[in-house]
Order: sequence, then structure tokens, then C-alpha cells
Amino acid sequence: MLTIDNLHVSVEGKPILNGINLDVRAGEVHAIMGPNGSGKSTLSSVIAGNEAYEVTKGDIIYKNENIIELAAEERANKGIFMSFQYPVEIPGITVTNFIKTAINSNLRARNEKEMPANKMLKKIREKAELLEIDSRFLSRSLNEGFSGGEKKRNEIFQMAMLEPSLSILDETDSGLDIDALKVVANGVNKLKNKNNAVILITHYQRLLDYIVPDYVHVLHEGKIVKSGGKELAHELEEKGYDWIK
Amino acid sequence: MAYTEEELKKELETKEYEYGFVTDIESDTFPIGLNEKIVRAISRRKEEPEWMTDWRLKAFKAWQEMEEPEWANVKYSKPDFQKISYYSAPKGKDKYDSLDEVDPELLKTFEKLGISINEQKKLTGVAVDIVVDSVSVATTFKDTLSKKGIIFCSISEAIKNHPDLVKKYIGSVVPQKDNFYATLNSAVFSDGSFCYIPKGVRCPMELSTYFRINQAGTGQFERTLVIADKDSYVSYLEGCTAPSRDENQLHAAVVELVALDGAEIKYSTVQNWFPGNKNGKGGVFNFVTKRGICHTNSKISWTQVETGSAVTWKYPSCILKGDNSIGEFYSIAVTNNYQQADTGTKMIHIGKNTKSTIISKGISAGKSQNSYRGLVQINSRAENARNFSQCDSLLMGNKCGAHTFPYIEVKNKTAIVEHEASTSKIGEDQIFYCNQRGIDTEKAIALIVNGFSKEVLNKLPMEFAVEAQKLLEISLEGSVG
Repeated sequence: MLTIDNLHVSVEGKPILNGINLDVRAGEVHAIMGPNGSGKSTLSSVIAGNEAYEVTKGDIIYKNENIIELAAEERANKGIFMSFQYPVEIPGITVTNFIKTAINSNLRARNEKEMPANKMLKKIREKAELLEIDSRFLSRSLNEGFSGGEKKRNEIFQMAMLEPSLSILDETDSGLDIDALKVVANGVNKLKNKNNAVILITHYQRLLDYIVPDYVHVLHEGKIVKSGGKELAHELEEKGYDWIK
Repeated sequence: MAYTEEELKKELETKEYEYGFVTDIESDTFPIGLNEKIVRAISRRKEEPEWMTDWRLKAFKAWQEMEEPEWANVKYSKPDFQKISYYSAPKGKDKYDSLDEVDPELLKTFEKLGISINEQKKLTGVAVDIVVDSVSVATTFKDTLSKKGIIFCSISEAIKNHPDLVKKYIGSVVPQKDNFYATLNSAVFSDGSFCYIPKGVRCPMELSTYFRINQAGTGQFERTLVIADKDSYVSYLEGCTAPSRDENQLHAAVVELVALDGAEIKYSTVQNWFPGNKNGKGGVFNFVTKRGICHTNSKISWTQVETGSAVTWKYPSCILKGDNSIGEFYSIAVTNNYQQADTGTKMIHIGKNTKSTIISKGISAGKSQNSYRGLVQINSRAENARNFSQCDSLLMGNKCGAHTFPYIEVKNKTAIVEHEASTSKIGEDQIFYCNQRGIDTEKAIALIVNGFSKEVLNKLPMEFAVEAQKLLEISLEGSVG
């Protein structure tokens, strides 16, 4: 599904990623761990197409297409989703209105018809239930005054609605208490199937108790320095990041 | 290939004002210049009674002594009032009895503007009065309205057919000597709409006036007078466009609303005069005086969406004279490129238990300047007056400006006056968030702006709300970066 080949990325001339190689196949969950400043969030932003980052070298191949030149919305249209670490507020636009606009934008981009309102509503109700979201929540302005947990739950709600092929969850566990974490993790697990893939970006092992990865990669100074199975996460938790440096 | 903001910008730079076409119709246009003779000639052309001619001349005398105001936060080269023609009418009959008599070119214009008069007649239930340059060319739905005793016609007709009403109320809310532009309007106003709703009548449809400047080198000075008699209700809509021209065109209108005891007037405007090109050349100078008077238990609600004009100077106001009367002002003002807007309201509380609400949303993009200027005045006898004001500004890019000038004068201790203000910027992070969900930049901006303006958009009648949303989108395309 996704192949990252020798990816180099700079921000304002300063190199952040120095040759990332990664292979993600459909049906897999990959965890990318690393200390602060190792380049985890940069990696997710670059896959999503944030233009603030400059790709100086390397390729990102998604579903057999090099997407390096594609705009963020074009990547999204093709099924790439990112759950933001810090979701932004859009005052005056409700959660429902926003997701409706997003879904229909994606459909239009794929030359498909917009989703009829009744179908949209049904889907919204279904997914809200899955994530234990109160219907009142859906008519609030997007992320405005949301608690940390509500913001993250809303991100996963959007993921559920958009049904992406590739989801990148950037520090989805940060700011969540244990109950919220369980709900979110449970939601992600239910959305998982053999046709989609998930990349979890996380600092702590905690999230991986609930969403069990097939592969764990350790990022350090803009490079993947170690890869392994889920046991690698436990090892890291015990020994700390100093161990891989 | 990625569609970048740069490309979007380029595309939009070449995109022009949609309503900028000129209709090739023969016009009967007065020579340029302004003097007593011209004022008399306008009055004569409109076959006005003597009292009206005298009224105009009185205004003209006063105007000659007046100076153009300079306090607004706008810069422009003052129009040369001797280089403007003060009367222009599409040639043909002054007033058409049926649409079949209207110049087909003119009908085509309305179609281009999205006003199909025939369609409107059948489908939408909106009565329209259309003013091109100086005259009203078509009023629809007259018969339906007259059955309820509602008078909806051009002001010229009203002067002839309903002189008592006009005589009583014209200048009663905006006096002849009110201000430079209002006084000029009083002397030379050419046409506009007149509306009277009898006692206890709820006007069954939206009344609408569509204004269009067509002829080059002319000014448009329309005058609107709406009278809602006791316990009546009317919702009134106003829309405007003009051709794209290199020179500036002057538009100085006066709107007077009278809400008698227990009446309610809802007045909505979508102003889309030509804003000038992207380098700030051309565009309409929009100097407008709008004011309403509220008698006991009455209500006036102004809603405006201002996206056009090179310079806007406009303060739809309410005089809350009667006890328990209510004034509202909901405004969205958008400026882009080199546009300048100085707009807001005045709420004058005179009666007891009077209430006013002001919600102003200013959106500035490009190199534009957008100012809110508002006065809340609580007079000494206005016991228990309440005001709530909220002024929000949204900035795009870093070359535009947003300004807020609130004036609050309170002379009664029982008053409660609240003022809230905020300034925000459309962030790259908001745009990226939308992009990541598959929403392109153009749509993302529209979404954010709609969210920002929502409280005001919600106040517009349905058929206008959709138009207004589209207009916001068009006015702001390509303005982030």
C-alpha cells in the first residue's frame, strides 16, 4: 500500500528526516516510536502532504503511484487520512457539516455523486454510536471548546466516516485518559480490516496495549534505527530510548 | 500535478467581476454638472408636483453650503460633482405597463443578473422592483399586493399617486440636511422604491428592489421609503450590481424606514456593486444613508452583506423612539484587493425598555481596509435600555487591515451595554486540516468564512442566504497566502 523510499525532508533548510525507508502492506498496523524531536510528526505530516515541509530527496509510493507532487487534498481524495495531534478549531462549522463537506468533496474528486442526506445521517449515527459519541456533540462547532479527549474522539469519528485506506494516527494517545483511550482504540480496532492499513505514531507504549501493531519501528535523528515485532515496544518501555541511541 | 495556492491565485487574478457587462441600450442621459437648472429638470422630467420641486431645491441650497465629510477611515480622490450626469434613463417609455414593452436588451440584462422577471412572477413569490440607472423599469406582483392594500411601486409613482404619504414621511427619518450625501440625494434623487403596508397586514411575500447602474459617467441616487403602519410586517430585500468601468461611479442612496406602533420591518441588503479591478482601478463609491425610526413596541432589523464597491460608507441605523422598541443590525462586510469599507450602525435609545443588538462581521483580504464604526447612545429618559454589540474581524494574509471604532454614550444609569470584539486570522493550519480531509483550499476558505459569518447569514431570508454565501465565496477566492 505504502512504500517510503530514502525520504529526506527539511524545514527551513534544516534536515529533519534523513533517509526513511518503510513498507506498509494492506491489513497491517505499524507503530512508529521515538523520543521527542526524532521526526515522528514530520513523517506523518509529509505523508499527508503538508507543504511546510520540503522533501529534498526520495519518494512516497502509495497504491503504486508516486504521490510526492500531489497536494494534501488529492492525497486525501485517494484515501490517506491523518488524525492530528492538535486538531484545529473551525468556529461556526458543526462537526456534522464539516464531515458532510469532507465526504462530498472526496466523492466529487472521485467523480462520484454526493451522498444523499438520509444516507449521510444514517452513517453519522452509526459511527457516532461506534465511538460512543453523544448526538449533541455533533452539532457543536468543530473542535471549539472540545476537551483533549473529545478532539481525539472526533478525529477517529472522521476516520470512521471517511473510511480511508491508509490512516496515520499522530500521537492519538496524548491527552487521553485511560477510558477515552480505550474507546478510541476500540474504535480503531473495529475499523481495521484486511484492506486498510494504520500507522501509529506514538511516544509511549501504552496505546500499543490496545491497538496491537504488527511491526514496530524506532525513529531516531530522522532515521529508522530499529524495526521489529510488537515485543520491541515492550523492550523500549523497559530500557528507555537511550538504549537505541 | 498539485494545484497550489499560487496557481489558484493566478487563475483568480484573471477572473473578473461577473456582473461587469454593459447593456447596449439607448439611454436618455442629462449633460454632466449640477446646478439649480438640473435639479429642476429632474423634477420636471419626473412630472413632479411643485412641493417636491421645492423640497429638492431646498436640499440643493443646503448642499451647496456643505462640505464632504472626512472622518471616515477611507482614502479616495473625491468625486468631482460637476463631472457627473445626474439623470439617465433607458430610452423608451418612462414606465412600462407590461413586460412586453420592455427593451429586449434590458430583459437580457436581467437574465444575466439571474433575475428572470417572468420566472419570478410564477415561481418564487418575491415581488421585484427593478431600477436601472435613474428609473424604475419594472415592478412585479403589483396586483397581488394591492388586494391587501399594500403599495409597492417606484418612488416617482408614489409622489404622483400617494402624495400624502410621501409628503408626510419623506425626510422624516433622514432630514434633508442630515449629511453631505443625503442632502445631495435629496436634491437629485432619481428613483427608488416606495412601500406602504397598511395596519395589521402581514406582507405575504418578500419585497425586493434590484438596482443596476448601467450608463457610464452617471451617478445613482435612489431613494427608498418603507412605511409599516401599526402592527404590520414586511420583509424587504435589496440587491445591486454595476458594470466594470475604469472610472469610479458614485452611488449615494437614502433609505428611510418608518415602523409605527407594533410594526416590524426586516430590511436585507446584498450589496455587490463593482469593487474595482485587482489593482484598485474603478469601482463604485457607495455613500449611503440608511435609517429607521421605531415607534412603540416596533422592531427594525437591518441585515447587510457588503461585498462590493471600491469605497463603502454606510451606517444603517435605528432610532428607538417608542418604548419597548427593538433595533437590530447584522452585518457581514467583505473587502478584498484595494476595497475600503467604513460601515456600522447607530442605535439611538430614546424610549424606555428599548433593546438593540449589533452583530458585525468584517472580513478583510488582499490590501483592503475594513472598519466597523458604531454608536450606541442611551438617552437620559431611556430607562432599562439594553444593548449588546459584537464585532468580529477576520483577516486573510498580512497586507489588509481591520479596525473597530465603537462609540458608547450612556446618559441613564439603568442601561446595560455590552461590547465584545475579536480579531482572528485564517490560519494555514486550518486550511491544511481541511485539505487533509479532502477539501480543497478554495472550499476550505469558504467553509471557514461561512462559519465565521454564520450568525448573520442565518438572519437572511432563505433565497438571499444562498446568494450571499456564493457571493462570499466569489469575493474571497484566492485571498489566502
